Amino acid sequence: MEVAEKKNKNKRYKPILDGIPDWPVYQLSKNRKEFVEEVAQKSFELVKQVRPTTKQLLDELEATVYREQQRMKRNRWRVDAVDEPQFWIKVKEELVALTNKTSEEAQVKADEILYRIILRYADEIAGNFKPSSYKFTRELIKFWFGRLLNGARVKKFGAFFRNQYTLRDKIHIVGKVKQLRKLAKQGTIVMVPTHFSNLDSILIGWVIHSLGLPAFIYGAGLNLFNIKIFAYFMNSLGAFKVDRRKKNLPYLETLKTYSTLAIQKGAHTLFFPGGTRSRSGAIEKQLKLGLLSSTIEAQRNAYLDNPNGDVRKIFVVPVTLNYHFVLEAPDLIDDYLSVKGQDKYLPEQDKYGSWQLLQFLFKFFTKGSNISVSIGKCLDVLGNYVDEDGNSLDSHGRIINTKDYFIANQEVSIDKQREDQYTRMLSQKIVSEYHRINRVFASHLVAFVAFEMWQRKHPKLDLFELLRLPEEDLVLPYEEFIDVCKKVRKQIYQLKEEGKVNHATHLKGKMDLVVRHGMENVGIFHLKRPLLFNKEGNIITQDLNLLYYYHNRLVGYDLEKFI
Amino acid sequence: MTSRSLSDKPVAVIGAGNFGSAVANLLAPHTKVLLYARDESVIEKIKLNRENRGHKMHDNITPVSDLAYVANSCDILFPIVPSAHFRSMMKRLSPYLHPYHILIHGTKGFDITLPKGESVDSINALSRSQVKTMSEVIREESVAIRVGCLAGPNLSKELAAGQPAATVIASQFNEVIVLGKRLLRNNHFQVYGNNDLVGVELAGVLKNIIAIAAGALSGMGYGENAKGLLISRGMVEMIYLGRSLGGNTRAFLGVAGVGDLVTTCNSSLSRNFNVGYRLAQGESLPNILESTDEIAEGINTVKIAKKCADYYQVKAPITNTLYKVLFEDLTMKQALQYLMRYPLNVDIDFL
Repeated sequence: MEVAEKKNKNKRYKPILDGIPDWPVYQLSKNRKEFVEEVAQKSFELVKQVRPTTKQLLDELEATVYREQQRMKRNRWRVDAVDEPQFWIKVKEELVALTNKTSEEAQVKADEILYRIILRYADEIAGNFKPSSYKFTRELIKFWFGRLLNGARVKKFGAFFRNQYTLRDKIHIVGKVKQLRKLAKQGTIVMVPTHFSNLDSILIGWVIHSLGLPAFIYGAGLNLFNIKIFAYFMNSLGAFKVDRRKKNLPYLETLKTYSTLAIQKGAHTLFFPGGTRSRSGAIEKQLKLGLLSSTIEAQRNAYLDNPNGDVRKIFVVPVTLNYHFVLEAPDLIDDYLSVKGQDKYLPEQDKYGSWQLLQFLFKFFTKGSNISVSIGKCLDVLGNYVDEDGNSLDSHGRIINTKDYFIANQEVSIDKQREDQYTRMLSQKIVSEYHRINRVFASHLVAFVAFEMWQRKHPKLDLFELLRLPEEDLVLPYEEFIDVCKKVRKQIYQLKEEGKVNHATHLKGKMDLVVRHGMENVGIFHLKRPLLFNKEGNIITQDLNLLYYYHNRLVGYDLEKFI
Repeated sequence: MTSRSLSDKPVAVIGAGNFGSAVANLLAPHTKVLLYARDESVIEKIKLNRENRGHKMHDNITPVSDLAYVANSCDILFPIVPSAHFRSMMKRLSPYLHPYHILIHGTKGFDITLPKGESVDSINALSRSQVKTMSEVIREESVAIRVGCLAGPNLSKELAAGQPAATVIASQFNEVIVLGKRLLRNNHFQVYGNNDLVGVELAGVLKNIIAIAAGALSGMGYGENAKGLLISRGMVEMIYLGRSLGGNTRAFLGVAGVGDLVTTCNSSLSRNFNVGYRLAQGESLPNILESTDEIAEGINTVKIAKKCADYYQVKAPITNTLYKVLFEDLTMKQALQYLMRYPLNVDIDFL
């Protein structure tokens, strides 16, 4: 049984740019070779600035080789290049040969090695957007999703070939769409969504397309490219690869330069600022500052290059993805708990191959479980809201010139420490926007309330002791549960009034129905359900860890005191 | 950037009080200074006599009364007005500020925002969301983002006399610290930098409580042992309060913490010290307030800090008893007796 979502207003949006050749991402990929070289050259200069002497440079190179070899030994992936070991062995040999050279000779050779490494990285990071395969992928997704939806929903022979339902009925896009579409024409968009599931990348790709926006450049974790089906999607959607195993200076500089330059060239960009999927199920609180800082740098460079003229402005758009169900939840929460329980390192691993994903997709489209995507207000790179014309506004609604943030002594200047602070402020603003535009689902509400109630009933137990309780012993009487849900929902309404959170339309109405909707949808496809009704109609759980995961979605709103 | 010479724009000091005048005089040898005063008569007086509140004003200082003019002429501003008027001053200044402005304030007090119908006396406890430091007020009220503060043992009269002293410029932005140093430093004035802006602000504000207590001990005629006791225990209390309000222990151990504390606790030049001294001599608070021309920030600070301590359940015996003396009917003698019997016997437990 499904509680009706308010009539879906989602409409089809016309593309804001006519042909693919106009898209910035296409321009970038057409000149891929030149762009990669430009990135390499800039990164090379940056690394040289940080490591000015021969000795420092050689030490850095040695450390890089060492780390790369360790990585290959310990954690090699399918997606890694075949010639990798040879490349690094050769670099190592060349470095060893430098030990008894004079400093001048060594410097020349070291520069050459550094450039070679950086060029390799830049090439690896760079995306490979192809219009033909982009179109093909897009049509493929649309076609098959359409078949799945219609075949599953309309119980008539031949429904399989109808187009009564489309993805737009499954995925609700809410929020500041008009502003986003308008500003995407006059500025560069940097979209920063929350990250809960590997599916986010595909989902957001679809969202961007269906909003009529040109393809974005993705910063996607390299691990995703291990899964072949993802690799195909990503490559054709213009993804650039982020390898979180590589923490060496040349790599990090190259990655940042890539992103900065792409933004500067006007390519709409998307990355997940949380870094990896949220392990706990909670909305990200700490963002990775590296890629965020590239938006600030790109904006500053734009002002620097163009001191008097009009500058293409960069807009940061927070987005939250709201699910009833996260495919990887059981593993994510296990990761989270084992890290929290005992500080140990867990390499990222994906148990979900192409087959599992297809299975999930099939289930997703055949059963009632909706996803909603909230588009936040556009921000400038300092985290100020902007108006419909892209002007930054202060808290009193007065227009601010973003350039002024980079001015000292009446001219635009580069100050790394200043921009680090700006990055931190931007990151805080994005986190608070996440909480503000997050849409509470019935399933989040029931998970939150149930877990908190069990915690309240065992005040002496810490989290781990609580999670170890046998699930058979945990029962919540239905009436009591409903009452608490009402109290918490009231507070959610209150928070919405204050502009601190949003909620799905299905959260309103009779609490019995809302609870039923939530219970049916929370973690719907898991083998062990986080919440169920027992024979007497009371609330039980089959997996407390999972329940904890879904509960975490509403942590951070101070709702605990209403339990 | 840092090595380039300063532009020829003047630097502004907002507030022509005692400390504001002293800071203007410190700046004046390095740059032209606009000194803002709300009161036209003050401006006239300075123009006429080159003198204000006992400070002989440097020739580089021009007194002005137009905030818009000040903000348009200067990139760097030093707001130094009492905390009670700080927010309203910022509201008036804010329309003229841009993100390129740099503000370094020198006000050691709290700002409080209360729900309608409440006053600081009627409310039972204050949480951090209601109590703001001056830098937070600047950020809330304006687009200025590069903000800093000036704190340390800076008794205006000694500064005016050119005696050796030091101060801390605290800011999250190194460029603000560098600028502050360049503008203020001279042969007998040392300037340190600190990145913990809120910590330094809290240290500067909370020390005023202990300063009143020190004045009281002195007023009762007690000697150096008592003062040593007070300063060390006061320090512990400041750190507890400070941490509950979001500061770091380290800021309290620097020039703006211990440095300022020792100075104000030993000096009859300090207004806060004076309030405590006269209270212990038996004068009543309204009486004292009537006869001083400038506000002793400490009185308000005691009130606010006591209610914060209640909210966060921090042990703050000195603040609490001082509160009772100031606003309830406890006498200084009783307060001291109470404190000496207070069952706290661990020396240091915060490091």
